[in-house]
Parts: sequence; structure tokens; C-alpha cells
Amino acid sequence: MAKKIQTPLTTKSIADLRMGDIVLLSGKILVARDAAHKRMVDAINDGTDIPFSLKNETIFYAGPAPTPPGFIIGSIGPTTSYRMDTYTSLLLESGVRGMIGKGKRSKEVLNAIEKYKAVYFGATGGTSVLLSNCVISVENVAYEDLGPEMVLRLEVKDLPLVVLADSYGGNLYDR
Amino acid sequence: MSGYFVTSSEISDLVTTLTLKASIILPNGLKETIEEAEKREVNSLSKQTLQDILKNAKLAAEKNMPICQDCGLAVIFVEVGQDVQVIGGDFGEAINKGVRKAYLEGYLRKSVVIDPLFDRRNSGDNTPAVIHWKIVSGRNIKITVSPKGMGSENMSRIYMLKPADGVEGIINAVVQTVKAAGPNPCPPIVLGIGIGGNFETVALAAKRALLIPVGVRNRIEEYANMELEILKKVNALDIGPGGYGGETTALDVHIEALPTHIAGMPLAINICCHVLRHAKGTIEGKKCNG
Repeated sequence: MAKKIQTPLTTKSIADLRMGDIVLLSGKILVARDAAHKRMVDAINDGTDIPFSLKNETIFYAGPAPTPPGFIIGSIGPTTSYRMDTYTSLLLESGVRGMIGKGKRSKEVLNAIEKYKAVYFGATGGTSVLLSNCVISVENVAYEDLGPEMVLRLEVKDLPLVVLADSYGGNLYDR
Repeated sequence: MSGYFVTSSEISDLVTTLTLKASIILPNGLKETIEEAEKREVNSLSKQTLQDILKNAKLAAEKNMPICQDCGLAVIFVEVGQDVQVIGGDFGEAINKGVRKAYLEGYLRKSVVIDPLFDRRNSGDNTPAVIHWKIVSGRNIKITVSPKGMGSENMSRIYMLKPADGVEGIINAVVQTVKAAGPNPCPPIVLGIGIGGNFETVALAAKRALLIPVGVRNRIEEYANMELEILKKVNALDIGPGGYGGETTALDVHIEALPTHIAGMPLAINICCHVLRHAKGTIEGKKCNG
């Protein structure tokens, strides 16, 4: 039975989530991948502003295909999360509460997920047309010069996810 | 002197058509293979993943949308008949023009950055394409477009093995590579394996092996047996669809072997997810007048 979860995520709203749980996520989330992560972390390290808040945010690691006319968004699916590992601990420390991606995470990231009481969800790679159907709205947020890597804000309804790593140190790929 | 010609615009048009087809429609046989795997899986999450993949492929074809948001680098194999001449423009530019049009007008994601290290700006139109040329006999131009996503490419490996490593050494290296990749390359995967040649040709052999239709075995019995043994061992790793466990880690395995040096046994393992994009077409050379 899928658990329905609403963003913004809080320590309380994710307290019941355990690795392997199937979740239908609704609400607003950010989309950011490789180049945007580097910019966010460089900004934090340099003490400059990130043009959006990270507090209790959920970041979807993705770069959608362009939106065809008459559609809300093009194909959108998870990219492999380990490339974001270098940047993740600092972002969790800065308030990020949820991540959506695919694949394994580093030990450091798994520890940080537990420490900062966050959650790492998996979306199924190779189902990006299906996932695009869960997107209700899209807006550009920042770093537009990055093209397909710019930061977006999506509103999603019942985005199908699996809990890959929970806030208690559980990790589905460690089974 | 008689000769044949093909126009550069015919080349561009064919590349555009093939790029769109490859990006939107799964190649023949793959859907059926996934359907059979779905019947065998028992774990509900793994079964659901395969059902979602099938649903996604159907929706992509109906909505004319790319099967996956990573529309890849545009990898293009060209076989040029030695009797044909290309008129009306540069051959390579004609290919890139076809790629550009497909990615811009087909709403495919552009994923090329112009420099790997110091200038990772997006080229904006997914060019340049990765083009592999081969001169063959005849008067035709055959083009295979196989855009390749990076998630599975990143999990691919090359090993310079010793001749003494033998069949067992090859099989172990492949199984270890798939095990290390785990859920990252979006299983179920297809494995293209190059054996022999040298450092650069073994990688190309592995990539070409991915173009072999699903279910088709190597014509040399020993290699055909290796393909089946690797498939069996990889599917016993319990990685499964989406990495959620199960027996469908790989859908198929193809080997291409090449002559090599007395001192070597190169091995390349090119992993592809189920979005095994490829489409091919031929342009016949027309007779030149006079």
C-alpha cells in the first residue's frame, strides 16, 4: 500500500517512512542536477546568496526534455544520484530534506541522511513519459543559462517513488 | 568512368528521421523480451518496474515523446559505398545538420557540453554527433543512428586482460562490472561486449555489439555459449529491475570478437539500459550523368 506524502517534507512527515516503502509524493519540489549542484555549493562556500530557499526542500535530480507544444513538461526522469554525492552533505546541512534520484549513494551521504533526518527516494529510470504525467506545473527558478540543467520548480501529484534510504540509516540497496 | 551520387540533404533527412524514430520507439523484439521477463518476476516492486517500463514505452510512442529524458549523445555508424560521391555539401556536416534538426524539432534533450573540463557549456543542439565511418564496397550509404544515454555509459568499463585469463577471466570481469554498477545503469540492461582488438577498437566492438537484435546469438558457437552463460550469471546477481531484486538484471548479452595481439586480450563492456535506441536506413546512390 502506497503512503501519500505531501511536500514540504518535515522531520515529522517523514518519520514513518522506511526503506522499501512505496510513496506517492504531491506538492512542490525543486529540480536540480550536476551543474546546478556545483553552483549551489559554490555559493554556500563563498557565502553568496542562492536565489531560492533550501529549507525543507525536496530536490529531484533530473533534467527534462524540452516541453512540446500543448504539454506541461517533456519527458522527465531521475538521473543517477552518485554524481551529486560530493555536494549532498552540505545541502542537507543547509536544510534540504528530500532527494529523488536513482542508484546508490556514498557512505558519507547515507550518514548525512540519517544525521539531518532526511530521506532519499528512488524514481524508476526509463519511465520518464509516465513520470511527466504526474507534473501539474513547471516554473523556471534559477540558473537559466544552464539550459537543461537549470533549476525548476515543479508541482507534482502522486509521483510514484520508493524509499531507498530512510532517516534511520536504512538503505534498500544494502539488503 | 561511371559513378553514383547521393545528396547531402538526403543524408540530413535520413539522419533526422532515424534519430526521431530511435528516440521514441523501442527497437523490435525488446518489448516482447520485457513482457516475458515481467511474467517471470515474482517480487512485486520488480514486477511493477517492468510494467511501468512497458507502459512508458507505449505512452512515448502514442505521445511522440522520447522514451527517456536522457536523449544521449547521437552515435552514428555510417557505411559508405566506395563508388558513391556526396554532392551539395560536407558529409559530416550533413549528418550534424540532421541531428540538430531532430533534437531541436523533436523536443529531444540536448546533452552535449563543448568541453569536458574547462567549458561545460551546452552546445545547444546536441551536436557534434559521434560518427563512426566505414568504407565498404558498392554504391549505397547505410546509416545507423543509436543515441546513447550517459547513465549506463558511465557504468561501462574497459579491461586489458591477459591471454591466460581466458573465458573465465572474461566472464568474471563482466559479472563484477555488472555487480558494481548495481542499480545505477537503470536495469534491466543489455550488455555489448567487445573482446580482442586493441584499446580503441575493443570499445567500438562493444558498442557495435549493442546494435545486434535482441535474441540473436553470435554465429560462433563458443561465443554464443558465453553470451548465454554471462546472461545466466548476471541474472543470478539479484539486482533486478530498478535494482529492487529479481532475475531480470539483463535482457540480453552480445559479444563481438576481434583479432588481437599475441600479448593481449582487451575486454570492453558497454552497458545500455532497456532504452536501446537504434534505427537504420539506406540511401541508394543514383547514377551520375555523363
